[in-house]
Amino acid sequence: MSIATIAPKPGILRKRTNIVSALKKMLSPGAVIAEEAGLRVYDGDAFFAYRRLPLAVVLPSSTAEVSAILKYCHAEGIRVVPRGAGTSLSGGALPVEDALVLSLTRMNRVLDVNLESRIIRVETGITNTAVSNAVSKAGFAFAPDPSSQIACTIGGNIAANAGGAHCLKYGVTTNNVLGVKMVLMNGEVVEFGGPHLDAGGYDFLALINGSEGQLGIVTEATLRILRQAEAARPVLIGFPSSESAGKCVSAIIARGIVPVAIEFMDKPAIKVCEEYAQAGYPLDAGALLIVEVEGSEDEIAMQLAEIEEIATGFSPTVIHVSQSEEQSARIWKGRKAAFGAIGRIADYYCTDGVIPLAQLSKALNAIATIGQKHKLQVANIFHAGDGNLHPIILYDANDENERTRAELCGEEILKVCVKLGGCLSGEHGVGVEKRELMTQQYNEVDIAQQMRVKSVFDPEWLLNPGKVFPLKAQEPFLDRVR
Amino acid sequence: MYASENYFPRNEEELCGLVAQASSEGLPLEVCGNRTKRNIGRPLEIGVKEGARLSTRQITGVTLYEPQELVLSAHAGTPLSQIETLLDEHNQELAFEPSRLENLFEQGEDAEATLGGVIAANASGPRRILRGAARDYVLGARAVNGKGEVIKSGGRVMKNVTGYDIARALAGSWGTLAVMSEITLKVLPKAEETRTLVFLGLPSEAAVSAMSTAMGTPYEVSATVHLPPEFVARHSDPDIAGLEQSITALRLESFSASLEYRAGRLHRQLKPFGAIYELDDVRSRAFWNDIRALSFIAKPTTDEDAYLTVSTWPLWRITVAPHQAAKLMNALTTQLEGSRAAYEWSGGLIWVEVPPATDASATMLRRIIAEFQADALLVRAEPETLAAVDVFQPLPEGNMRLIRGLKEAFDPHRILGPGRMYTGV
Repeated sequence: MSIATIAPKPGILRKRTNIVSALKKMLSPGAVIAEEAGLRVYDGDAFFAYRRLPLAVVLPSSTAEVSAILKYCHAEGIRVVPRGAGTSLSGGALPVEDALVLSLTRMNRVLDVNLESRIIRVETGITNTAVSNAVSKAGFAFAPDPSSQIACTIGGNIAANAGGAHCLKYGVTTNNVLGVKMVLMNGEVVEFGGPHLDAGGYDFLALINGSEGQLGIVTEATLRILRQAEAARPVLIGFPSSESAGKCVSAIIARGIVPVAIEFMDKPAIKVCEEYAQAGYPLDAGALLIVEVEGSEDEIAMQLAEIEEIATGFSPTVIHVSQSEEQSARIWKGRKAAFGAIGRIADYYCTDGVIPLAQLSKALNAIATIGQKHKLQVANIFHAGDGNLHPIILYDANDENERTRAELCGEEILKVCVKLGGCLSGEHGVGVEKRELMTQQYNEVDIAQQMRVKSVFDPEWLLNPGKVFPLKAQEPFLDRVR
Repeated sequence: MYASENYFPRNEEELCGLVAQASSEGLPLEVCGNRTKRNIGRPLEIGVKEGARLSTRQITGVTLYEPQELVLSAHAGTPLSQIETLLDEHNQELAFEPSRLENLFEQGEDAEATLGGVIAANASGPRRILRGAARDYVLGARAVNGKGEVIKSGGRVMKNVTGYDIARALAGSWGTLAVMSEITLKVLPKAEETRTLVFLGLPSEAAVSAMSTAMGTPYEVSATVHLPPEFVARHSDPDIAGLEQSITALRLESFSASLEYRAGRLHRQLKPFGAIYELDDVRSRAFWNDIRALSFIAKPTTDEDAYLTVSTWPLWRITVAPHQAAKLMNALTTQLEGSRAAYEWSGGLIWVEVPPATDASATMLRRIIAEFQADALLVRAEPETLAAVDVFQPLPEGNMRLIRGLKEAFDPHRILGPGRMYTGV
């Protein structure tokens, strides 16, 4: 394993028994986990290769409890790793041995719904799907829809500024959060925004969304909900090559159409998904697009006809417009099952670069070359409308050498994304995974500015330690409080 | 550098040098583009030392535009009109429909809003309710912080969680954290056609209810406004100005066949609110240009207009959850007789003119809105008033500590527009 983790503080490890009993006194029975079997559940997230047993785990039930825990940890100098459902793909919830994991999963209530103002207020341990379910009968939904939406929490969505397949039209988490209640590391409870839009004053919500749990622990959020379209329907289009599929995406957008989703899969991805889900994907195609539009039946038909006409200009191998709910579900089934499908044939490492769309074929060629160099197969799934590429690197986790090669392969791919004018992460976050790559995208001054923002909220750097910023860059900030 | 002097750097490097110098001399700077929104905020706290003026108006030009990738970058001093013309040539637009705040004040010759100013003010217009605010379209920025360092954040791609979203946080910071030199925005295609449904004479409760009902449908209503008769009289179209009753308007934007369908459905669903009139594409565009231009509360341009308006009255911008909007205004008008309000964003944005009072009624207004979780910004008032009251919504001490901390993290010597937003910040 090539990514360094930070060293635990021996002083804290020695005090473990005292810390656990202090926490038990503070919280209701069963809210503190300290035995090894229980801790195992919290030793990492969906960044599978890395595991660390935390000092202890707490499961608070209220903002007041979160505040009490943080106040205590602040006084004792104990580091805290906030955690939702642990679905981070970048190691965002990876513990350290001297850190307390603070899981928000017990705080999962809907607090308030107002359809007239189109808002919902929730505790942040609620899952993404549960938020939409709470308002779906009335025809509303929460727009961000990450692939892990059944499991992942709103708190995690805020931390990673989560997106999903449909954010091309409706935006990512930061565009759909109106207000938060947040506990600072010293236990202080602050609120930003609220049920209203665009208050004057500094935009703290912009900083909090995507801050990977490093500024505070968000315990409540007011979210914008949207009335769902009358209907939605996808068309599946096969192309001879990735290049022609990419050009088709550009042509659709140039025509002034913004579909709700444009998903791209390359040949290896098609093959794996088709074998698993039997979604009817064209195995002879070099790439395929799933383009979804919404509106009334007539509006959908008109938009799909236009997209079909555009696609015809790029020598499609197949155009399959869904004619029914069942067909739509089948078209999406393969894409949605992609990760399960790939997990069936091999261990995989999914990374998350973003590129300008015009660079797609360059990026895919580079990825193929990098894969060959490391003797690893790479399948590509891509939110094509917004340039968010998810290369999936297949490897054998039991083979230490192959695992290291997979990491190197991912790293090289992300460097290519930055070089092509893109960025390291579109929706997974930097976490531990891409921490040392930050210098590819930002210089020292840029990174120092971000770290000074972190210090405003958490001057002792106790919250979600060892992430986002290169360890060496963090040193001066940590020295200051030593 | 000299106090009371104007500085017009021509590029980021010069900008950087000037800020670094001001920083080392402790010289406070009025950060601006063309100064069209200079009257918003508190007078600068410049202490014993007079400040200098630093404008980005000469750092201009579109640096990147890829219509097929929905992305545009431009230097901060680029006139907004230049960007909008360019986008229009490609049938695209700034979806947040920048609000023309500059019209609220007297302006010199050819004073034109710059991109930097629009973003620094997070100036979002009528379409904000459907498509999001200016800050939602910020993908990246280059800026110079108060230490004179160039910082970049975000990028040119649609999605980015690589580090903290500093570029977005600069939106709405009124130049007090860093001076933006280049901004990258997401742009969107323009809709083919526009149509507007209009109700006449609705009281504000019913109007807010009609607007919220419309926003709760799947028909993508892209703007809503409710104007009382006094504001209708200031509309640029004489036919509308002469109506002498309130107007409630809902905008649809789509392709032709879709508009026909959606308007039909809305007619059916909104029937209980009363008779519905329609504005066709041409009149609809003119109507919303007028709303976006804020002509209903704008500084009058001729004496004759001045007679019609009371724009010497203090003007407040209040944001609140739409379901509280009418209640809030009822509470307000009971106490502040003669106040008049226009509602945008389905009731979520209220422009209120209040009768003149020494503190622009700040104390009373803030006490009343406290019950509604609202935010009030005093947009227009006499300079003495702006110096004496909280222009931005006062916040709890915990928030203020973070605000001061953030200022310190970007501008430790407090040289960028000191005191413009909050006392001592």
